[in-house]
Amino acid sequence: MVLVFAEATNGKFKKAAHEVVTYGAKTAAAMGTECVALTLGDVQDAGDLGRFGASKVYNAADAALANFDSGVFAAAIAGAAQQLGAKVIVLSHNSTGKNLTGRLAARLDAGSAPGVKAVPVIEGDKFTVRKAVFSGKAFADVSILTDTKVISLAGNSIPVEESGSAVGVESISLDLPAPMVKVLSTKRAEGITPLPEAELVVSGGRGLKGPENWGVINDLAEVLGATTACSRPVADSDWRPHHEHVGQTGVAIHPNLYIAAGISGAIQHLAGVNSSKTIVVVNKDPEAPFFKAADYGVVGDLFEVLPRLTEALKKFKSA
Amino acid sequence: MKMLVCVSKTPETTTKIQLTADKTDLDKGGMQYIMNPYDEWYALVRALELKEAGGGSVTLLNVGPADNDAVIRKGLAIGADDAIRVNSEGGGSLYIAKQIAAQAAGYDIVFFGKETIDYNGSEVGAMVAELLGTAYVGEASKLEMDGSTATITRDIEGGVEVVEASTPLCLSAAKGMAEQRIPNMRGIMMAKRKPLNVVEPVAAPATTEVASYELPPAKSAVKLVEPENMEELVRLLHEEAKVI
Ligand SMILES: Cc1cc2nc3c(=O)[nH]c(=O)nc-3n(C[C@H](O)[C@H](O)[C@H](O)COP(=O)(O)OP(=O)(O)OC[C@H]3O[C@@H](n4cnc5c(N)ncnc54)[C@H](O)[C@@H]3O)c2cc1C
Repeated sequence: MVLVFAEATNGKFKKAAHEVVTYGAKTAAAMGTECVALTLGDVQDAGDLGRFGASKVYNAADAALANFDSGVFAAAIAGAAQQLGAKVIVLSHNSTGKNLTGRLAARLDAGSAPGVKAVPVIEGDKFTVRKAVFSGKAFADVSILTDTKVISLAGNSIPVEESGSAVGVESISLDLPAPMVKVLSTKRAEGITPLPEAELVVSGGRGLKGPENWGVINDLAEVLGATTACSRPVADSDWRPHHEHVGQTGVAIHPNLYIAAGISGAIQHLAGVNSSKTIVVVNKDPEAPFFKAADYGVVGDLFEVLPRLTEALKKFKSA
Repeated sequence: MKMLVCVSKTPETTTKIQLTADKTDLDKGGMQYIMNPYDEWYALVRALELKEAGGGSVTLLNVGPADNDAVIRKGLAIGADDAIRVNSEGGGSLYIAKQIAAQAAGYDIVFFGKETIDYNGSEVGAMVAELLGTAYVGEASKLEMDGSTATITRDIEGGVEVVEASTPLCLSAAKGMAEQRIPNMRGIMMAKRKPLNVVEPVAAPATTEVASYELPPAKSAVKLVEPENMEELVRLLHEEAKVI
């Protein structure tokens, strides 16, 4: 059996949960077994996960699960896997998943593959999954050697697919330890898709000259409904917040569209963004290395090109 | 406060990745190595700041062969008091975590970087926390101590969360936690005399292995669009790339 941990934020599922259930269902199909989903805490419409291929949805609601503590959540997921006899555990490679994958692997003495990008290839008892390494400069096909396996899926790596309909939700009772981490406050920017999950990203570099010029980036991002990002020196100079820094030492992203303006395309920057499906580069220097990694290029002054692109998109959207 | 900072050695960030002919390994000829930036810039420096403010000690821990000593000495030059190297060629994340857990008893905080820039796993810190039975806070961008209580800001999807935990605890450090420090001449000289203890690994099986590597497909040549004609770019993105 494949057990998928589907995370809910404020009781609701986001795209990452639909992706991870789709992935679990495909993995289960490759193994010739079923895929069940586990939800923790107060969750609305948990049975809806059936649409993405879960044959059953379990929920554990316990006061200890109201806030995130990696020890409690790992105990819950491992406990459910053991109770249900699941051999493969799938979760999202987001900040919650990064706190859990290692704990689960250690708790179950299992091999793990964090941040995978494709459904496992199963040949006899060989179980191999592909993940990006060097922030996208290469891929590694990792074989998991243990009977129990823990896998986390990188965001926006596989398309969400509907393959079923809503199912019933069964409650499951689990032995949970006391939390060791107390949450004092949580702050989320509402309405903005976080970078690791974003399908559309608009990014600015040192070519923007200063934080006061970010309007051209923000306007473009707004018509597209895109998330904004930046190069490292931009974040280091505090022109933009640190969480926008993409690259080998920042966030690694995998959007469908990455628009980079005033960014030269240093190897450390490319490492974090070259998994983007389509890359558009706007740079006034035709020799900028980024053009070698781009699908579409515009050689020109970004302060003229970006507003023109924003206008063209507005027209396109209203047509 | 006794602090342990786990550091790994990674290829330098400008490294162009190339594979061996049979694709089962990286072509390591001419590869230059550095200390993993998250370990060096954020975890180690924050540990040193806490020691400077409240006393205690900072020990480096690396699991790896003797070639790693140069990277460990750099950490000593930046200011760590001493170091332990578990003499091993490695064997996957859980293997490494078991080596670290075997050395980590008695430390108040075990620091990690939020990920290594080579395998991008983000899992060893959480493994060690589970093996030791302590709290774990991943992707921490701020850490303040008050006695044995840590107040930590951690990055979450699209925001931040402030949490509290008691020592002993494990955490992984992200950007924001500290500023990179460049070792000075005195530090480099002193590092040569600081203790670097080599210990043998505990037995642990490998749980994963890399079967092969693959390079991303080469990009086809860039299609240039006239800067005056953004309608054309929109058309291409819609009709050809199908991303809008
Ligand atoms: C260990 C290490 C790790 C690193 N990690 C990262 C990382 O994770 N992410 C990252 O981004 N960098 C990283 N870097 C830094 C990287 O090497 C580059 O220095 C950085 O990416 C350059 O940022 P930039 O492209 O914004 O600036 P620049 O290289 O200064 O490029 C600015 C570009 O803007 C163009 N430009 C200027 N004005 C205009 C205009 N009016 N219109 C159009 N174009 C214009 C210029 O032609 C130029 O190409 C790292 C470096 C090191 C040493």
